[in-house]
Amino acid sequence: MDASLDLLTNAVISGLLLGGFYAAVSIGVAISFGMLDIVNIAHPGFILLGSYVAYFANTVLGMDPILAAVIALPAFYALGAVVYQIYYVAFERRQDQSLGGLSFFFGLLFITEVALVLIFGVDYRLVQARYIGPSLHFGWIELPLRLLVPFLVSMIMVVGLQIFLSRSFLGRAIEAVAQDQLALRLMAANPTRIKRVAFGISFATAAIAGAILIIIQPVEPSIGREYIGRVFAICVLGGLGSFSGMVIAAVTLGVVESLTSTFFGPSWAPAVSFGVLLVTLAVRPSGILGR
Amino acid sequence: MGSVPFVLALVCVAALLFGAGRWLNISYAFFAAYVVVQYIVLGTAWNILGGYTGYVNFGITAFFALGAYSTVVLYKLAPSLPLPIMMVVGGIVAGLVGLGTGYLTLRLRGIFFSIATLALAVVVQTLITNWDYVGGARGAYVLRPRVAPLIGGDYIQYLFLLMLGLCVIALATARAIEHSALGYGFAAIRDDEGAAEASGVPTLRLKLIATVLSGGFMGMAGAPLPYYVTYLDPASGFSLNYAVNAIAMPLIGGTSSWLGPVVGAVLVGGLQEYIRVTISSAANVLVAGVLLVVFVILAPEGIVGLFRRRR
Repeated sequence: MDASLDLLTNAVISGLLLGGFYAAVSIGVAISFGMLDIVNIAHPGFILLGSYVAYFANTVLGMDPILAAVIALPAFYALGAVVYQIYYVAFERRQDQSLGGLSFFFGLLFITEVALVLIFGVDYRLVQARYIGPSLHFGWIELPLRLLVPFLVSMIMVVGLQIFLSRSFLGRAIEAVAQDQLALRLMAANPTRIKRVAFGISFATAAIAGAILIIIQPVEPSIGREYIGRVFAICVLGGLGSFSGMVIAAVTLGVVESLTSTFFGPSWAPAVSFGVLLVTLAVRPSGILGR
Repeated sequence: MGSVPFVLALVCVAALLFGAGRWLNISYAFFAAYVVVQYIVLGTAWNILGGYTGYVNFGITAFFALGAYSTVVLYKLAPSLPLPIMMVVGGIVAGLVGLGTGYLTLRLRGIFFSIATLALAVVVQTLITNWDYVGGARGAYVLRPRVAPLIGGDYIQYLFLLMLGLCVIALATARAIEHSALGYGFAAIRDDEGAAEASGVPTLRLKLIATVLSGGFMGMAGAPLPYYVTYLDPASGFSLNYAVNAIAMPLIGGTSSWLGPVVGAVLVGGLQEYIRVTISSAANVLVAGVLLVVFVILAPEGIVGLFRRRR
């Protein structure tokens, strides 16, 4: 087997797995920004909050990080509902989403980050689990479980949410809010309540995304910022509000980043998402599967 | 007040401040005051785009650090170059980056510009971290001369004087914009961009002017930073604190006029310095973030707006 082809294959495969994980990170923003038109730039901060919840449960209680995230889901959902309520009263009702709303979420991002620094410090933290370390081998192809497990969890979450949105009554109501809020109001439905539920769900995804983030890599409070560019690049590239587009975009970005860090060095990887974002905005702002 | 008396008044206030500092002759006072004045410049620069046109720039650290790192490059190429020239170069570099980013993203909804600037901060940091000439991730040292040129005394006095001068220029520019056709164009964009476009306001051109001015001032504010800190690494040059403060201060002070960023910077900057000295430096960074959230929720017009409403 040629060494560089070997390297290429493994880079592509880990990129695919990484991309699957990026889908979990982005789905919260795909819901809040893509469907509800709430530009929650603090989402990566909440994901880190999820990482530290998993870290805490893992080191103090010896719990599996993913199980900890599942247990934390209702708390994250409630927190999300509270954040949405504040956002609605302070900005959405006043029609001040752009300046005030953006600054609000920016402030939340910063507060989350500084609070995590104050509580846990700036050291890198990691979790222990049986699937961190070993790899599956198929010939020359290597599948690290550390990436495979997050990939599977992420895909289960994305598919589950897709089914929820397209099949359940509440899910369809959320889709309806995304399409036309005024029409919904004219049908005597309350878009605010539905948006609160949807925002709570988008917030809850941060618990899962955070737990699998800390499985993939050690975490410190400021890495959330790296994910802002990545998450929004994925959502814009995928076309806002389209889950399948988002998954395609996430996997694409994962592969491109993985190739970049394999052949040019990992310190260049954060620049990839910005390039993708700028090119998308300049060439096709509606994204690959945009409506 | 006309423009000329306003500038004269600003110069008088600046001269008084500087004179008082010389008379006190405490280095700490200059170091602390430099930070506050720097934040007035950053806040004013942010407000030219954010407050006047309503386009939120999150990439303050990118522009600020571009200014700082162009000084590092110039310091390596021509150490004897006077600092004011380095500041102009830093401003031009940052302004051009603003022009490029704005040209690509300002034609879309405002939110895309904001996201692009957030990502810009990350990408500029990546570039600087990978650029060995300016120290890469290890950082770069800049030797601060012991004695200030022209005015004598400690070098920090010179840095403070330059920042004060930049502050006068920034405030005069901001106020001149408010009372000019440019300012009315900006306000039209902020209030209803579609209507502005339909009535013949050249929105893209105005937005680009605002972005270049805003980015340029941020770059100029960052240019003296290497001399101020003497050791600059990407983590400190791109610290999120700059971005949060530069956004929080105008929003706390009030975004509708040039006075807002000044009020915000003096209050928050002073408070932070006080907390940093008395409590801890970790708590001081939290202040701006918490105040920012509280003010955008409860007093979106800022402090200046509160007083205006009462009158």
